[in-house]
Amino acid sequence: MIAKNLPAILPLIFLASALLIPLLGVWKKKIAYPFAITATLAAASLSVYGFIYVILNGTITYYFGGWVPPIGIEYVYDPLSSFVAVVINVVALLVLTHGYSVVKIDLEGRQVAYYSVVMLLMTGFNGMIITGDLFNLYVFIEISSLSGYALIAVGEKRAPFAAFRYLIIGTIGASFYLLGIGFLYFISGTLNMNDLALILPMMKDSPTILVALILIVVGLGIKMAIFPMHGWLPDSYTYAPTTSSALIAPIGTKVGAYVLLRLLFFVFGIDYFSNELPIADLIAVFSCGGIIFGSVMAIASKEMKRMLAYSSVAQIGYIGLGIGLANPFGFIGAVLHLLNHAFMKACLFIVAGNLRTKAGHSDISLMDDSFRKKYPWTMAAFTVAALSMVGLPPLAGFFSKWYLVLGTIESSRWIYLAVILLSSLLNAVYFFRILEKVYMRSSVKYKSDESYSDNIRQDEVVPSMLLPTLVLAVGLIVLGILNVFIVNQIYKMMPEGL
Amino acid sequence: MFDFIAGHYDYWFIISLITIGLYGMIIKKNLVKKLIGMTIFQASIILFYISSSIKAGATVPILSDKFNSADVANYINPLPHALMLTAIVVGVATVGVAFALLVLIYKRYNTLDEKELIERMK
Repeated sequence: MIAKNLPAILPLIFLASALLIPLLGVWKKKIAYPFAITATLAAASLSVYGFIYVILNGTITYYFGGWVPPIGIEYVYDPLSSFVAVVINVVALLVLTHGYSVVKIDLEGRQVAYYSVVMLLMTGFNGMIITGDLFNLYVFIEISSLSGYALIAVGEKRAPFAAFRYLIIGTIGASFYLLGIGFLYFISGTLNMNDLALILPMMKDSPTILVALILIVVGLGIKMAIFPMHGWLPDSYTYAPTTSSALIAPIGTKVGAYVLLRLLFFVFGIDYFSNELPIADLIAVFSCGGIIFGSVMAIASKEMKRMLAYSSVAQIGYIGLGIGLANPFGFIGAVLHLLNHAFMKACLFIVAGNLRTKAGHSDISLMDDSFRKKYPWTMAAFTVAALSMVGLPPLAGFFSKWYLVLGTIESSRWIYLAVILLSSLLNAVYFFRILEKVYMRSSVKYKSDESYSDNIRQDEVVPSMLLPTLVLAVGLIVLGILNVFIVNQIYKMMPEGL
Repeated sequence: MFDFIAGHYDYWFIISLITIGLYGMIIKKNLVKKLIGMTIFQASIILFYISSSIKAGATVPILSDKFNSADVANYINPLPHALMLTAIVVGVATVGVAFALLVLIYKRYNTLDEKELIERMK
């Protein structure tokens, strides 16, 4: 019963709580947080249940109002979408657990509105993942983007301007996507993804479809911040409040990447976008540019959150590269990196948030070993996540890079291989300089001051913030160890013909 | 050639609107003008859907003897119009959020000029 309706339940849980939180908030302000976390917990456990159900019993489809597609709107819960749903809902649950204390400090008195918008954001993300209808997807893209702008704008003094820029660029992206599905609809007469996948091969030579494909790739490229369309990302992530950036950075661009993956591999078909047209190569080349550019800019940033934002540009490049390779290993690498990077980035942004709450800043040049002494667990989690980003086995980040490398070797793209290896080195540079400062650089300026260093007491964040940090860090080790099992599941998600 | 240009006049109109919108968003320095560009851009896409689904001499999609719509070829496909109603709502929401952001920016920096704004942020 629950399984049959699961595709509709997931977005509805969040939509209902987005509406109920402000209503109940009028009566009692404190109810907002428990309500939001309960909804997220319910969604996370349902999506885990749904993933197991789909793996065992096959795809669930849900027809809205009982209208059979292609007339009605269809929600599809297949192995790939259920997998991504698990990733985003679990990460959101951890980030919101962490958010309790942070939001209380950062956004005093505005929690009701904040959590309501967070729920709306999750509605958008879940809907984008589950829907099987192109126009429905557009509406969910806009729901998630609009709430994203709001969540970013409540941050620091400069945040509204960053959010406005994101709004202008994001609207161009969404409008390009809308224009693209317009072309597709007028030539094929359907908006249903499965239906369209059957119709498109019959009219392969039509230039209309080519234009639609380009518009959709550019539109979604802006949403997932593929280089050189990443301009909105660094400022937005830097100036957003901790919980917003920890929520949007790991999930937002990943969902964009998922949508691109879904449309390219499952609707347009691998043959069309990689063999007949050089779209796949273009995506791969731009992603490589993003990997190098993002890593170099991350090295140049002096502030931790900005560094992480640029590192996001680079990491999205890995997913784009996996999509662009268009071979089985590339697909596995992209999907696995989607999971791993969501966990790594959530962990790193949460650590940056912990530092900002306790130390008041996350400026890299001011870090020294007093950080290690004051926040041992936070810095331990940071170390695990940083090593995973660099790609040391057995941490999760190693395996997604491993599959991407296998993918480049399989297609004999040696330049891409060089880019992946070089970027690992650059990752090492920008993470190790923090680790070096935190573990090596003495906070004692003069030797006579040694008593000072003994006086530094442990000053760790509250348990509700520490626990999610540690769970994410341990999760990276667990994901690394379980990678064989996960990759076996990813084989089931592959489109036919790959 | 003339037929090609004259026969697609609505598309030329939409293309020029899209260009004007993009121009406004990219070149104009005033944030409100950027927003106006964005609205024009969105409107052009709505017009694209509407003008593409138009059919001369067709009737409403209601199955009734009055409208002579028993034959499929006689009525206009209502779906693009319905889609665009949703897109209009989305557009209105976007403009609403954008204006809220502009109010915030103006309160904090007392200007909406991009150059000036970047200057004051330093």
